[in-house]
Amino acid sequence: MIAIVDYGAGNIFSVKNALDYLGVENSLTKSAAEIQSADAIILPGVGAFPWAMGKLCESGLVDTLKAEAKKKPFLGICLGMQLLFDKSYEFEECNGLGLISGYVDKIDEPNLVIPHMGWNKLVYNHDCPLLEGLSDDEYVYFVHSYKAFCEDKNLCAYVDYGSPVTALVSDGNLCFGSQFHPEKSGKTGLKILENFVGLAKERI
Amino acid sequence: MLAKRIIPCLDVRDGRVVKGVNFEGIKEVGDPVECAYEYNLQGADEIVFYDITASHEGRGVMLDVVRETAKRVFVPLTVGGGIKTVDDIRNTLRAGADKVSVNSQAVQNPELIRQGADIFGSQCICVGIDAKKVSDNKWTVFINGGRIDMKLDLIDWVKQIEQLGAGEICLNSIDTDGVRGGFDLPMLKAVVNAVKIPVIASGGAGKLSDFAEAFIETNCSAALAASLFHFRELAIDDVKNDCRQKGIVVR
Repeated sequence: MIAIVDYGAGNIFSVKNALDYLGVENSLTKSAAEIQSADAIILPGVGAFPWAMGKLCESGLVDTLKAEAKKKPFLGICLGMQLLFDKSYEFEECNGLGLISGYVDKIDEPNLVIPHMGWNKLVYNHDCPLLEGLSDDEYVYFVHSYKAFCEDKNLCAYVDYGSPVTALVSDGNLCFGSQFHPEKSGKTGLKILENFVGLAKERI
Repeated sequence: MLAKRIIPCLDVRDGRVVKGVNFEGIKEVGDPVECAYEYNLQGADEIVFYDITASHEGRGVMLDVVRETAKRVFVPLTVGGGIKTVDDIRNTLRAGADKVSVNSQAVQNPELIRQGADIFGSQCICVGIDAKKVSDNKWTVFINGGRIDMKLDLIDWVKQIEQLGAGEICLNSIDTDGVRGGFDLPMLKAVVNAVKIPVIASGGAGKLSDFAEAFIETNCSAALAASLFHFRELAIDDVKNDCRQKGIVVR
């Protein structure tokens, strides 16, 4: 079973729809026990970083998520990816989950449209199990105004939007984050989710 | 680099596609969910449902269509038509839409744009515009499906829309709509140059090269068409191949 963490952030149903479509058992949950017993965890998120972090704290799930992300496959999506980092500067300096070192800050491209919204092409940086089976011409769907800055070793893929934009990160083990929405990225996105689910199945 | 988007639009009344859609292999020709799924397979970058239902009951049917589509189609979904209040926006997004498109209501009540953007984020508020040329380099905004001239200057309006927090503009030219002679490039250019938010070209596509022409001649982000795709005169991948050959980045 895959736990989709429901802490009040919007648009979690599209993640659920994608997992249902793939025939994967899943549950929208805010229960620490259910997250602990799940085979894998997805942390979705749309909105502002301080607000989402506040919601996670209120829900009492921060310690659970930090511990479980080191034990089983864990995927943060969009804002959920940004929450994996040490801190963000969206509106105010705010600490994140600190699962991957780095920070989140504004996309500073005065000549480009912000938010970065639409389909952009993945550029692969390091091998990553979530990217298995993809061609070298894969587009994924983005909607965001802030981006993550991290060490090269954690950067699996990026896209070009004036300068490189972090697209997929990994802690080198089982914790991953995608800035793009795999659940809105057509068959490329479904393949990435399938790869993630595959990691959970390998461990059962 | 962001890819230029190709967007098919489905007009839906009481849960049925209005302009007949003629896809091979689809069991139920007028079923919007089936049509959206087919477009998804063809490589559509987004799907737009335009609800032309007048009744309140039809509204509920539209939300069911969105709900069912979101279970099978994993690209962004936009729903336009009949969205009058923040509650309408909320219900549409909750049903599984990623964006809503507001048109006449936004002209009559611009605050709807601001409220929607504040609550749900700019990225999910698209403003649809029907505009018509009045003199050289001057256009005015019409509402109610192009029937009422609001005497509102198009360029003033798009600047206001951007200020209010809209995330995107879908610009339909009444002059070129249905004529099939290509998109309204002068109008498109004027709007793209007036704002920084993405602009979708709508109205007038009649042949393959019209799409690439819009992307080459203007900096629009996307191009939308309806009947051209429905009747399979053009497939979405044909359009994309033509764009690709001309050096335009598409997915």
